[in-house]
Amino acid sequence: MSELHFPLAGALAPIAAWALIGLTGLVRPSAVRFVTRVLFPLGAVSGLALALIAASSLPLPAEAIALPIGLPDLPFHVRLDSLSCVFLFLLGAASAGISIFAGGYFGQEQGSSLGLLCVQYHLFLASMGLVLLADDAYLFMVAWETMALSSYFLVTTQHRDPDIRRAGFLYLIVAHVGAIAILLSFGLMQGGSWLFTFDAMRTAQLQPSWAALAFLLALFGFGAKAGLVPLHVWLPEAHPAAPSPVSALMSGVMLKTAVYGILRVTFDLLGNTSWWWGLIPLGVGLFTALFGVVFAAAQTDMKRLLAYSSVENIGIIFTGLGLAIVFAGVGMPSLAALALIALLYHSLNHAFMKSLLFIGTGAVLHATGERSLGRLGGLIRQMPWVAWLTLVGALALAGLPPLNGFVSEWLLLQSFLFAHEVPKGFINMLLPLGAAALVLAAALAAYVMVKFYGIIFLGQQRDPSLSKVHDAGTLERIGLAWLALGCVALGLFPSYVVNILHTVAGSLTGADPEYVASPWWLLTPVPRREASYSAVIFLVAIAAVVALTILAVSRLYHRRVNRVPPWDCGSGVITARAQDSAEGFGQPIRHIFGSFFAMKRDLPSPFDRTPRYRVTIEDRFWRALYLPLASIVERAANAIAWLQQGRIATYLLYSFITLVSLLALVL
Amino acid sequence: MRAPDLLAQLVEIVAAIAVAPLFMGWVNQCRAWLQNRRAPGLLLPYRGIRKLFHKDAAIAHTASPLFRVAPYIVFGAMSLAATIIPSMSTGLPFTTAADAIALVGLFATARVFMALAAMDIGTAFGTLGARREMMIGFLAEPALLMVIFVASLISTTTALPAITESLATRQFAIYPSLAFTAVAFTMVLLAENARIPIDNPATHLELTMIHEAMLLEYSARHLALMEWAAALKLFNYATIGFAMFVPWGISTGERGFGDLAASIPILLVKLAIAGAGLALIETASAKVRVFRAPEFLATAFLFAVLGLLVRLLLGA
Repeated sequence: MSELHFPLAGALAPIAAWALIGLTGLVRPSAVRFVTRVLFPLGAVSGLALALIAASSLPLPAEAIALPIGLPDLPFHVRLDSLSCVFLFLLGAASAGISIFAGGYFGQEQGSSLGLLCVQYHLFLASMGLVLLADDAYLFMVAWETMALSSYFLVTTQHRDPDIRRAGFLYLIVAHVGAIAILLSFGLMQGGSWLFTFDAMRTAQLQPSWAALAFLLALFGFGAKAGLVPLHVWLPEAHPAAPSPVSALMSGVMLKTAVYGILRVTFDLLGNTSWWWGLIPLGVGLFTALFGVVFAAAQTDMKRLLAYSSVENIGIIFTGLGLAIVFAGVGMPSLAALALIALLYHSLNHAFMKSLLFIGTGAVLHATGERSLGRLGGLIRQMPWVAWLTLVGALALAGLPPLNGFVSEWLLLQSFLFAHEVPKGFINMLLPLGAAALVLAAALAAYVMVKFYGIIFLGQQRDPSLSKVHDAGTLERIGLAWLALGCVALGLFPSYVVNILHTVAGSLTGADPEYVASPWWLLTPVPRREASYSAVIFLVAIAAVVALTILAVSRLYHRRVNRVPPWDCGSGVITARAQDSAEGFGQPIRHIFGSFFAMKRDLPSPFDRTPRYRVTIEDRFWRALYLPLASIVERAANAIAWLQQGRIATYLLYSFITLVSLLALVL
Repeated sequence: MRAPDLLAQLVEIVAAIAVAPLFMGWVNQCRAWLQNRRAPGLLLPYRGIRKLFHKDAAIAHTASPLFRVAPYIVFGAMSLAATIIPSMSTGLPFTTAADAIALVGLFATARVFMALAAMDIGTAFGTLGARREMMIGFLAEPALLMVIFVASLISTTTALPAITESLATRQFAIYPSLAFTAVAFTMVLLAENARIPIDNPATHLELTMIHEAMLLEYSARHLALMEWAAALKLFNYATIGFAMFVPWGISTGERGFGDLAASIPILLVKLAIAGAGLALIETASAKVRVFRAPEFLATAFLFAVLGLLVRLLLGA
């Protein structure tokens, strides 16, 4: 056992600090101010430290060590390499903003006691850190399960609500089905050596068919955690059920641990991938992206809308994964690296923008107590801080330059542009169409974000009580501003990020030593092709034109403004109810993508005294897949229940038969 | 960065901003002629803008700062797009800031700000316009991307000046793939610029409006900027079309000022023909219902995909 050196020790220290902070919360569980004003900010500081350490140790060589804890003869192995560093940075930086926000958000009104919440929250963070550091299947699964359980308890914070208990239960089931698949995948990958360290798995030589099976199991397991269709059903239930900072952690960070897991398995542990594996995540990813965004557009609950948007972004990330595997499999490592960069970049981006939006809704929820879009509106006047900072996240998620969401989508499209060079007939013609699906999803995301932002923050207030709400507190503002800053920085300086991510992608694919770093203000990711993008010029040029125009108009003409009632084509009576509701804004989507939904519509007849229009939207996968599955399980359970006779003589008979058959087997 | 390039950049941006309303006026004039009406003056858009700048802005009580800043941002985005698109010369220093895909993103930024501003007042027509505009946007973008894909397949780049150069300098030949994508691009242009058959720029019926419905609450200088930006957008789309499909006559920046000077009348001729063609299409077709827009843009997408397949299968 070697000694613990700086980068690894540095990465473990904040994780240990999280665990410690969590346990401190138990000491004085009812001291609200202590927990919210001291412990949560301390957690944020630990996150910041983790992000700094991860960023600084990214270019260093990988370092591994066996910790003196764990079972006898089965110590925990941890390892810090560049891939872990990227995701540790993501975890640390995003959670720093969320934790500081949580300090302002949590109060006495939570269902669980605050001390308990503090333990669960920080254990959740620490377990995610350990998942990213684990270097053997044993520690990985322990951390993975801790993560699932702690987040389950966080989801069911408001456990008095039966809907939330149900959402939590669904989450627990899917998490465990996924964990079983991951476990089986590890079981295959040890390749008969019965050593479950990742090192042994790296060296194990698997038959191609076994390797493919291991990949598919891992894809299923991690896909269940990430929310790939059709394993997504838990996500729009569980993420909104949790308190907003926890929703932000789950959507922004926890989903990325699944991305990390599949990357680790595919490019590190399995190594020799076949190109056709990539078609599965590619196809499923594109479908997931479209499915998620179409459902997001039809939602009327702001947190469910964001949860479905997370499904979309996971789809985009897995599309990048599929593309990377295809490119790597056909011997185009530099393009595989490009797709991987896009994937990692999008993971980082999504962590910041989705966390920002979720805590933004948290601030709205805190102020108004309302989650339904139909009762919000016009909050930009009462909550300017939250509104303007959330605008950054909304524009970023809509994939607009010069913010960060655009960069990763642009990179992914650039790698799609080469897909026609894949030397496989017909596949190379289908792949460019995938780019069209991706663009459709991205453009729909802009639609969703206009709906989300416009209905919550713009327009007239749909409820008179909204005129009395207050803006977010200081800690909440700091959290929002930190994440918004992350979105802007990741958007404005993409070539820094790409240069860093390139070392990671290069180490995973063995690509491209002749890669030329681009200047700081210009992103040129593809050496062979002329394609460039400069976010800085975008921002500076637009700002300059805006300033010049304002100046010119006010100098040449005047700046006179009359405040008048809204005109609305002279229609006279303008009430808040005349605006589009969330349902109304989703109407074109329901019309165009009707086949995605299981829709039920009640139209009033002309003779109704109290006309009601009601439309309910359901996920087709419930009826087509999950309810039949549930009934099969139930029938199987009933059949097996016959064994349970309730008489001791029968049970003794069972033991006897088991014993005899085992003896027969052994002898 | 050479002096002629810098000059070309300056000339191009000033020309784009100055000529855009003229192009709009020309289209209106052609349309009036085709419809047997007496045409309004060619300079009418300028007079309209000037008149609006002189007026006092009437802004609703419920408007937030977003509403007031949006026209400037939209105008800024369209001006930036005009600096990036090679309309006269391909040797522009600014063009590295964005390739064709980033340009699509820039247009999307303008669209989102316009839609958000339309929702800001909270009137029925504003939200209606925002919703429809965003719908047209997400339907048009995949088709536009396929168009860019085909152009980049032929020229192996997504940078617009490089596309233009590679298409302008090779010997004259009609690519069937480009012909298909040109049709697709024209359809996208009609939809994105609120022209018939998707939207009617001359309509007075609020319920059928898309683009105009978003501007209903604007007045004075804000409205002037929005209209100017709309004219710039049309101009930009036209010059993107020239850059991809009829790049001949553009200055490649090698022979200095003479080349640049020669490219200006060529651009004007192209604009004149394109404007007349646009008016012809608008006169010959009828506005479709909003929910026929998906079919229209799906057709555009299919044309672009046809172009792609022709290019990939036949290499033509």
